[in-house]
Amino acid sequence: MKIKPWHQTNWDARAAGNFIGGGSGTGLLIFAAISVLAAGPASGYRWQAGLALVLVAAGLACVFAEIGRPFRALNVFLHPHTSWMTREAMVAPFLFCSGAVAIWAGGGIFSTVAALLAAGYLYCQARMIAAAKGIPAWREPKIIPLFIITGLVEGAGLSALIAALQPGGAPRWLAAVLLVALILRRLAWKTYHETLERTGAPKKALEVLGRLRGNFERYGQSLPEMLLVAALFFRSEQVWLIPLAGVAAVLAGWTLKFTIVARAAYNQGFALPMVPVRGQGQALPGVKPGWSK
Amino acid sequence: MTRYIMTADLRRCIGCQTCTASCRQTNATPPGVQWRQVLDIESGEFPDVRRSFVPVGCQHCGDPPCMHVCPTTATYQRDDGLVEIDYEKCIGCGYCAVACPYQARHITHRVEFAYGEQPMASESARFDARRMSVATKCTFCVDRVDAAKENGLTPGVDPEVTPACVNSCIAGVLAFGDKEDPNSNVSQLLEETQHFRMHEELGTDPGFYYIWDKK
Repeated sequence: MKIKPWHQTNWDARAAGNFIGGGSGTGLLIFAAISVLAAGPASGYRWQAGLALVLVAAGLACVFAEIGRPFRALNVFLHPHTSWMTREAMVAPFLFCSGAVAIWAGGGIFSTVAALLAAGYLYCQARMIAAAKGIPAWREPKIIPLFIITGLVEGAGLSALIAALQPGGAPRWLAAVLLVALILRRLAWKTYHETLERTGAPKKALEVLGRLRGNFERYGQSLPEMLLVAALFFRSEQVWLIPLAGVAAVLAGWTLKFTIVARAAYNQGFALPMVPVRGQGQALPGVKPGWSK
Repeated sequence: MTRYIMTADLRRCIGCQTCTASCRQTNATPPGVQWRQVLDIESGEFPDVRRSFVPVGCQHCGDPPCMHVCPTTATYQRDDGLVEIDYEKCIGCGYCAVACPYQARHITHRVEFAYGEQPMASESARFDARRMSVATKCTFCVDRVDAAKENGLTPGVDPEVTPACVNSCIAGVLAFGDKEDPNSNVSQLLEETQHFRMHEELGTDPGFYYIWDKK
């Protein structure tokens, strides 16, 4: 019988796939709309929004592959009062419809509507993981800004990559926005990780996050930040710097979410606030096996 | 109002697992699924070491996180405090299982019996296909609790309407009853003893009380 926290077995890589696809897809849809506002319909909106919807759909397909009774999937709409999963599901059809119309129109007002719905979907996803009270690494409220900002970073990164393939390349304003978003993600990650360490979490979850930290901060944060600074300073001579930074930022975001969802998801385990009296002796202070604090 | 709860007197539990066996027998849970479990927790350092036996399972929380996250309303709370699952509504998404801080929920995707794929006669007779690929957990033997109303009996007092684990406990560790009734067995026990609830700091208002010393 297990006492210390052990890794949950209900949500695996498929659940991580939903957060990866949903986060990147909604982030990209938001930046596709911003690109339309900044540069007009010629900004390759159709490519960006099309890929965004494919990513969100892939994420939802991952969920569909994970549920035990897929033929009852429509029951997911029954509990909007408190369930963030229901709310996410309710936003999805409107997101796809408005996105499809915006792609057909090549931008326009529906691109803004789709972006707003994408923001709502991303928020639902972040709240959804935070509501999983049984997993200490997920229920920490600081995970909400972390999942939102990494979705935006991934969106900006993908947007930069697609823009780089278009005539004119990735715009400088996008590089600047991606740089700011990366700095915010660094802050959100640092705050999340330090809060878990300070308030206590399953030791094994902290070990997993500790192992992620070095490479994530080195190759997922510092590297794209330096590439973007270089791109902003050296202007058009090094056009490959912005999409390369975008790729690094996206891969780091996916690794971060995969690690948190599918590798650091140790459950609460069991604890005794007081060790009981059995036979002779006194009651003793409690025990919380497998926890850092 | 009624709030059915369970108490476990940790001073008495010897870890015999009779409650576990009784629950499995009563509810015909598949191999590896134990709605009632008894933990064996070792603590302290030599020579002052302790062993505590701790029955766990669904705590039938007053503010159940599993119910809040459930996207289908399959998990619901009754007026008497019992948290139950409608197997016909559940989609088996597992969200409730990751929301439960007591590891009390189980999802079985493969049909399995004690001796492999071939069921024994008793298993065959009680196999419930509705429970496949959906969330399951301790129900506090809800069918018995419901029978109490029809028969004018009292859960926790009359064995016919008391959860199987409580009936089977050989050491009088487990008790079941209405916490809102000041004269109930559980109210009296809680009045006379010091107790805690597990992971109470998470705000779930669990309905399982652990007695650790006299007052």
